[in-house]
Amino acid sequence: MSGSVPARHRVAVRRKIAGGVVLALLMLGTLLAVALLVTILGYVIFRGLPALNIDFFTQRPLPVGETGGGVAPALIGTLILAAVSGAIAIPIGIAAAIFVVEYQSGRFAAPVRFAAELIAGLPSIVIGVFVWAFLVRGVVGHYAAIAGGVALALIMIPIVARTVEEVLRLVPHSLREAALALGAPKWKVILAIVLPTARAGVITASVLALARSAGETAPLLLTALGNDFFSTDLLRPIGALPLQIYRYAISPYDDWHTKAWGASLVLVIVIGAIGLALRVVARQRVR
Amino acid sequence: MSVSVRETKSREAVVAAEPFEQVAQSAAPAAPRAIAMRTEKLSAYYGAAQAVGDVDLSFEVGAVTAIIGPSGCGKSTLLRCLNRMHETTPGARASGRVLLNDVEVYDPKTDPVEVRSMVGMVFQKPNPFPMMSVYDNVAAGPRLRGWKMTRREMDDLVERNLRRAALWDEVKDKLHRSGAALSGGQQQRLCIARALATDPSVLLMDEPCSALDPIATYKIEELVRELSHEVTIVIVTHNMQQASRVSERTAFMLAADDGIGRLVEYGKTDDLFTMPRDQRTEAYITGRFG
Repeated sequence: MSGSVPARHRVAVRRKIAGGVVLALLMLGTLLAVALLVTILGYVIFRGLPALNIDFFTQRPLPVGETGGGVAPALIGTLILAAVSGAIAIPIGIAAAIFVVEYQSGRFAAPVRFAAELIAGLPSIVIGVFVWAFLVRGVVGHYAAIAGGVALALIMIPIVARTVEEVLRLVPHSLREAALALGAPKWKVILAIVLPTARAGVITASVLALARSAGETAPLLLTALGNDFFSTDLLRPIGALPLQIYRYAISPYDDWHTKAWGASLVLVIVIGAIGLALRVVARQRVR
Repeated sequence: MSVSVRETKSREAVVAAEPFEQVAQSAAPAAPRAIAMRTEKLSAYYGAAQAVGDVDLSFEVGAVTAIIGPSGCGKSTLLRCLNRMHETTPGARASGRVLLNDVEVYDPKTDPVEVRSMVGMVFQKPNPFPMMSVYDNVAAGPRLRGWKMTRREMDDLVERNLRRAALWDEVKDKLHRSGAALSGGQQQRLCIARALATDPSVLLMDEPCSALDPIATYKIEELVRELSHEVTIVIVTHNMQQASRVSERTAFMLAADDGIGRLVEYGKTDDLFTMPRDQRTEAYITGRFG
């Protein structure tokens, strides 16, 4: 206790003012961030909604001048690409995260984490070029859905690995000890105890990565190419919503511009739906 | 007690070491009981730092042995050496011998996973698997060990071990609720049931009551006394009253100035608390330090 009562009062007032200013700045920042999100979403809905009808979801794109048509091949393509890239990237990413967290005494853990960071930092177009050179020009010989899936997987792996790594670190060490002390081999401790405990987080990580890759355009231009016709053949070019948006958006036709907005809205809905579905799955646990 | 046949070289080393000699021994019980587990010159290290030095101890079948001592005396580390949990800490290692019946626990050919299935462990803080139900927590050991059991057999096993842990009556109506929803004391008894489910011959308890209130502590102590008829129990505690209440034999450990925990005195609990042989034991149990 020091200082006269008026002096202490002045300090208190100054502290209150400083606190108020900081709080106001924080609220302003939050408000701006939320406003931005609402504006973008609102504008996409506002511009995209007029394009939506049943045909938009079920028909293939029609040539310029013909009215109607939809983005169904691109929608299916995006789902197929998500499935392919997810099937490749999620197991690899989880495996890498397990390796780094559970076997951290191993000498390779640090290099693995460093490599994941490097890949995460690569521009996606560079990954596209790499897959183009390796798969499109090399192994497959032409543009193909599988090349697009691999390119997206390469983008997803470091995201899955880094996020799952954080999630696995949150699993209390005492649970690993309890399982080990029951006479469980280490691999079983990881599969039966650590991963199920971290399940919700692992699913969130996978959703984040899927959402991120579902919006990628650049690597798909060089790999999946795009396809206005229905195709589920992994060895043929395939459509994807971002590619469709790109093609429609750079065109000079008003009708296509509207369709680009519509496709954007569909893409947002698809990503939102994937996230919602997996979150519901994740919530089902012991009461 | 019998020493299992082993390579001549290490056997000679054991003879040369003359175990138990440096340690003040209280009067031996009239009829020596079989030894479930014993250590010979057991030392434990964290990296370059030694935490436990040359401990020779034997644990009698069907008895409760308490290990007491101030914080940092290496009693928990010693306990974790007995089922090879110590080495799961990065950089940690142990030397010396641990014999579980006639199994050389630290033989290179011995699988630590096998050791841990024969020696159960209960930890300081209750740690039921949070995403598992009460039932699944008890069934976790057999399942993780890959036991082939019918649904019926598993039901029986779960009930039997929940009864052994004196928890059945409290949880029989919520077997399929999360184990994490139980009270702290119930969670700890669930962990005991889980540890018993694989039928270990020795149960290690690392300050099992330090996170519990007095009533829950009382129940666990009751349980420890009950269980001692069927399983050999080694309990680490820094609560001397607890040691005197539950154990038949007590080992007192103390870290010297070099930071290495050593066994100071080992004997019948009554003797150790009423007629300690070593001055340091007397100083500790009369509360002059620690």
